[in-house]
Amino acid sequence: MEIVKPQQTVVTPEHLLFEAPRKRAYITGSEAASEAIKRANVDIAIAYPITPQSETMQRVGDLFGQGYVRDYYRAEDEVGAFSAISGASRTGVRCMTASSGPGLMRGLEVIASWPGHRVPVVFLIMCRVINAPLSIQPDNLELDYMLSTGNIVFHAENQQDFFDYTLAGFVISEKCEVTLPVAVAVDGFFVTHARGWVEMPSSDLKLPPRDCYREAVPMIDNENPPIRIARDAPIQKSNFISYQMHASWQQEIHAAQERSRRWIYKYLGGLIEVVNPGAETVIVASGSAVSQSREAVRQAEEMGHRIGLIKVKSLRPFPVEELREACKSAKRIIVPEFNCAGWLNRELRATLYNHSDAEIAPGPRVFGGITMPTELILQWLFDKTGNCR
Amino acid sequence: MSLKTINCSPVFMPYMPKEYLDLINKGPFGKEMKLSQVGSVKELLEEHPMCEGCAMAYFIRMTLIAIPTPEHSVIVGTAGCGRLSLSQAAIPFVYGNYCDTNGVATGIKRGLALRFPEQHKDVIVMAGDGGLADIGFSQVMHSWFRKEKFATIMLDNEVYGNTGGQESGMTRKGEVVKMAPVGKQFEKIDMLSLARASGVAYIARLTITNPARIVNTIRKAILVAREIGPTYVQAYTSCNIEYTIPPEKVMDDARRVEQERYSFVEEMSDAAREYLEKVHNIK
Repeated sequence: MEIVKPQQTVVTPEHLLFEAPRKRAYITGSEAASEAIKRANVDIAIAYPITPQSETMQRVGDLFGQGYVRDYYRAEDEVGAFSAISGASRTGVRCMTASSGPGLMRGLEVIASWPGHRVPVVFLIMCRVINAPLSIQPDNLELDYMLSTGNIVFHAENQQDFFDYTLAGFVISEKCEVTLPVAVAVDGFFVTHARGWVEMPSSDLKLPPRDCYREAVPMIDNENPPIRIARDAPIQKSNFISYQMHASWQQEIHAAQERSRRWIYKYLGGLIEVVNPGAETVIVASGSAVSQSREAVRQAEEMGHRIGLIKVKSLRPFPVEELREACKSAKRIIVPEFNCAGWLNRELRATLYNHSDAEIAPGPRVFGGITMPTELILQWLFDKTGNCR
Repeated sequence: MSLKTINCSPVFMPYMPKEYLDLINKGPFGKEMKLSQVGSVKELLEEHPMCEGCAMAYFIRMTLIAIPTPEHSVIVGTAGCGRLSLSQAAIPFVYGNYCDTNGVATGIKRGLALRFPEQHKDVIVMAGDGGLADIGFSQVMHSWFRKEKFATIMLDNEVYGNTGGQESGMTRKGEVVKMAPVGKQFEKIDMLSLARASGVAYIARLTITNPARIVNTIRKAILVAREIGPTYVQAYTSCNIEYTIPPEKVMDDARRVEQERYSFVEEMSDAAREYLEKVHNIK
């Protein structure tokens, strides 16, 4: 089948993300993600179906059919998809893939190797239950495993975030001093299958292509001297030099993550968003728990209480200084989460240790697909007499 | 890589190591190496840490001579003995994770095809029997089903050599090796038949007994993969350590194995044959 390439104008990331006029559309998170891919000048997308991710990647397949994505195929499984993405990215083309829950866990060996291979990639995560008994329901426990992989990890609250963070993800991932994969997570179904208002620039516009010669490592394309390029350092030797080499390699990945902060400020408007700064009772949340918390904050306001809300947009790098500053006046903090482990709670405790006297409540948490009713958040905020706990 | 990029800036030339200068002046870049030139040219691989008498090291040396355009070739490997020498060859080498060779090669091939539509960039997977027939099996098969255009070369030493001699799917039935304490319970995996059933365009099986045959076979496999479809070469490269073959007897062992059970096999599709004859004048 002959694919007619659509006419799109390349514009700067700044123009696409901030300046171009936007139109509102009432669409699902899956649609929002594929609308972002449509404008992202993607060279290769590789798909493997898993609920609730499939809808996005089959839409990306349609984009390939329409000529917006240059190459696309359905891989044999997640390990195959993520491996091929890592090979493609090494050659200098812009790549993306996506997965959910068990698929992410299956491919975790590969995901955890992307940063060390220094491959810019955008990886969309539509979170779902990972543990037995098998379930397709929303639950973001898988992000706990992502935190130590060296990937940059954003957690989108809603359809609009999913659109914006995905586009920004490509730009940040390919910055020379970053050169790392960017994972953009959303909570499955709550965002992927529900509609929300999304403001988008025209699809006649797209990001500039990947500029692979301005990245941290040479491409595997046989176009660079020197003759021999083994980007994957030959460090599987048992000697002191190889240990040193591996240690410095890992440190550099984390340093690169640190260097991404300024770009997250530029393209995501910061690592956190603060509602009602200076409040004594504060909710810290990420993902769709933020939306539920916004409603709880509004209802509390009707009851005459001013509750603070901190939305954590970037899980890696983690907003350490920002949270310490934003929680300065906090006396009590609750951390609503859609997982049983409470990874955000743990991260927050480690961050505020010795920097805050606030009591950090161990919840509320729901998991296995259960929704987070605003009432639950309010119960954790107020006692039966209606006073802040 | 044009030869322009292999030649570094003239001002740096006096400071470049002799090895590098030799590769530029006497290396295989920009010309097709002949087997008869071995000894008078700078080869892509000269030093490596493989064991004394290693058949695999010898086979890899011949393979590197066979690569038609090393200046436009990428080798993809995985954990195992082979990568110890491959990672020291003067050719870009990708060493990814476990099982990922044929996925990574797929991505590399497609990425390079997008960026350089006018220039053949050959991708060659070279890995062991464990890497390709066990842990990497799914990716090997699916790359064949998808008709990905790259060569897959199995260094079949019939054992996990690098981890210390454990049973692999390519170990022969009955062999007592580590993790097969009472002898392997099932037959050696018939990868040739699987390649055939998958529609692989060029299939070959050989041992190390005939260097000219190695060079010809590998060259054909790489060329057919360029235009026609996936290719597969399976080479018996004994592990003289785990199978206790004295270094000086390695070639004898190869001759015996070739005679008994590892005879030369070469099959290709009509399209592959026609392509080799018409475009490359290879019969």
